[in-house]
Amino acid sequence: MALAADAGAIWLTLKLASVVTVLLLLVGTPLAWHLARTRAWWRRPLSAFVALPLVLPPTILGFYLLLAMGPQGPIGAITEALGIGLLPFTFAGLVVASLFYSLPFVVQPLQNSFEAIGERPLEVAATLRAGPLDRFFSVVVPMSKSGFVTAAILGFAHTVGEFGVVLMIGGNIAGQTRVASIAVYDHVQALEYAQAQWLSAALLLFSFVVLLGMYTLKPARKMA
Amino acid sequence: MDAGQLAERICVRIALTLPAFALAVDLQLPGRGVTGVFGPSGAGKTLLLRAIAGLEPVATGHVEINGQIWQSDSTRLPTHRRSIGYVFQESSLFPHLSVRGNLEYALQRSHRGRSVTESADLLGIASLMSRIPDRLSGGERQRVAIARALLTEPRLLLFDEPLASLDLHGRGEILPYLERLHDELKIPSLYVTHAPEEIARLADHVVLLSHGSVVASGPLQDTLARLDLPPPFCDTAAAVIEAVVAGYDASDRLVRLQFCGRTIYVPQAQAPTRKRVRCRIDARDVSITLAQQTGTSILNIVPVLIAGMTEIEATAQVLVKLDAAGTPLLARITRRSWDALQLAPGKPAWAQIKAMALVG
Repeated sequence: MALAADAGAIWLTLKLASVVTVLLLLVGTPLAWHLARTRAWWRRPLSAFVALPLVLPPTILGFYLLLAMGPQGPIGAITEALGIGLLPFTFAGLVVASLFYSLPFVVQPLQNSFEAIGERPLEVAATLRAGPLDRFFSVVVPMSKSGFVTAAILGFAHTVGEFGVVLMIGGNIAGQTRVASIAVYDHVQALEYAQAQWLSAALLLFSFVVLLGMYTLKPARKMA
Repeated sequence: MDAGQLAERICVRIALTLPAFALAVDLQLPGRGVTGVFGPSGAGKTLLLRAIAGLEPVATGHVEINGQIWQSDSTRLPTHRRSIGYVFQESSLFPHLSVRGNLEYALQRSHRGRSVTESADLLGIASLMSRIPDRLSGGERQRVAIARALLTEPRLLLFDEPLASLDLHGRGEILPYLERLHDELKIPSLYVTHAPEEIARLADHVVLLSHGSVVASGPLQDTLARLDLPPPFCDTAAAVIEAVVAGYDASDRLVRLQFCGRTIYVPQAQAPTRKRVRCRIDARDVSITLAQQTGTSILNIVPVLIAGMTEIEATAQVLVKLDAAGTPLLARITRRSWDALQLAPGKPAWAQIKAMALVG
C-alpha cells in the first residue's frame, strides 16, 4: 500500500516533468531564438527575468506564483474567466508553476546553441533560396540538435527535482500534487526511513542516468 | 543600343553607410562573362557583393540583373528571392549534411530539373558525395560550395575571394575549375579578389574599387592599361595580353606564343597548341629601346608605338603606355630615359619584355 503510494508519486513526477518539458520546448524555442537574435532594449531585462528562478529561493517563487494564481492574482483572474477555476492545489497549477521554475534550464542551452550557429549558415541558406521559416527548420534546428537534447534533459530533470515551489503551490495531495520529492519529505517526517531510502535512491539513480545520457549524447559540431 | 543589349546588362547603384565606412557605387556591367572586382583590403568589395545579394539591410539603391529588378526605390527583394549563387570566402557548407545533402539542399529549393551529378562532374567532386564537410580539404569544400551555388541556376554568380582561405596547393586545385566555368557557363559573375593574377586569369571586365568608390570600370585590357589610375593601382601596373599557343620547345621548356605577328616565349609546362591564353606583363619588366636590339639575352621583343605617359608621383619613374598592334602594354622607366630617348606619343619603338607569366 505504502509502496503503491510511492509508485504513484513517481508516476506523477514523471508525468509532470514530461508535460512541462514538452510545453517548455514549445515556449522556450521561440523565446530563446528571440533572445539570441534581438538587439532591442528589452533583451537584457527579458534575459534577467528568464534567469530569475536560478537565483530565487523556490519558496519565494512559489509564494509569488501562489498569489498570482489565487483569486486576486492575474493568472487566477484569467483561469476563472476561462471557467477552469483556480490553479493552486491542482496538477495544472503544478505544470504552470514548473514552467516558470524550469524556464531558464530550457531557454539558456537553446539560446547558447542558437548564438553559436552565427549569421553565416543562415546567410548561406538564404542565398540557396531558403525563406526564414525554412532556414529555421533546415539549418537552425539540425545544427542545434545538442542544444535541444541538453534543454530537454535539463528541463525534465530540474522539474523532477522540484520541491519548494510544489510545496507552496500544490501542497501535498496524493495522486494530484504529491510528487516524489515531497513523498521523500513525508517519509522522513514520519520516520519511515526505509521508504525514504529506496525512493531517494531511485531519484538519485535517475538523475545520474539522465546526466550521463546527456554527456554521452552531446555531439560537438561546428561549421565546416 | 537595341532591346537585347539593354536587357543583357547589370546595373548596380548602391549607397551604404556604416558607422566607419561608406560605399557608394554606380556601375553598368556587361550581362555576361566575368567581372573582376579588384581593390585593396578594406575597399568595400565584399560589402558590394553582400549588398547585391540583399545581405546588407541598410543598403539602398537600384539593382537590376539582365532586366530583372531586385532592388529599387519601391522594392527590395529579400536574399532568398534573388536568383544568385554566392560563393563565400571561407567554407560555408552545412556541417550537418553530407556533400550530397549540401547539393540537394540547393536543388530542392531551386525547383529546377538539374541533376546533382551534372554539376558534380563539372567541379570534379563526384567521388566525394557521401563525405561530410569536416572530412574534406579546403579546396574540396570550396569546389562543393561552387557546385552548390551552380545548382540553383542563378542569374548572377557572386564569388567573394573564393581562393583567399586556401593555401597555394588549394588555389592551384580550384583555378582550373573556375577557368572552365568562365569558358562553359553563360551566367554572368562578379568575382571579388585582391590578387591581380586572378583578375588577369579570369576576368573579362574589371571594376577597380578603393575606399568604397569606383576608381575605374571597363574591359580588362584597356582598364588595366589606363595611365590615370591612382595608387595603389598604379604601383602594381601590369598589362594583360591574349595570345595563341603556337607550339612547345621541349628542349628549352618554353611555350611559343603568337602575338603581334611575332613569336614570343614563355617558360611554362606544355600548353595545348592553338589554345588562346593570357599573359600578365608587369610594367616593371618592360623596357624600351629605339632600335631593335640584337645580342641581348631578352627573348621577347615586340615593335610598339608610344601611346602615352604619366608621371609616377614622388618617384624618378614614369609609366609609359605602348601600343602593340592594338594591344596595350605598360612600361615603367625612369624619367631620365624618357627624356634621353626623346620619347613622345606616336613614336615607334621596341618593347623588351624581360619576364611574363602565362596566367591561363
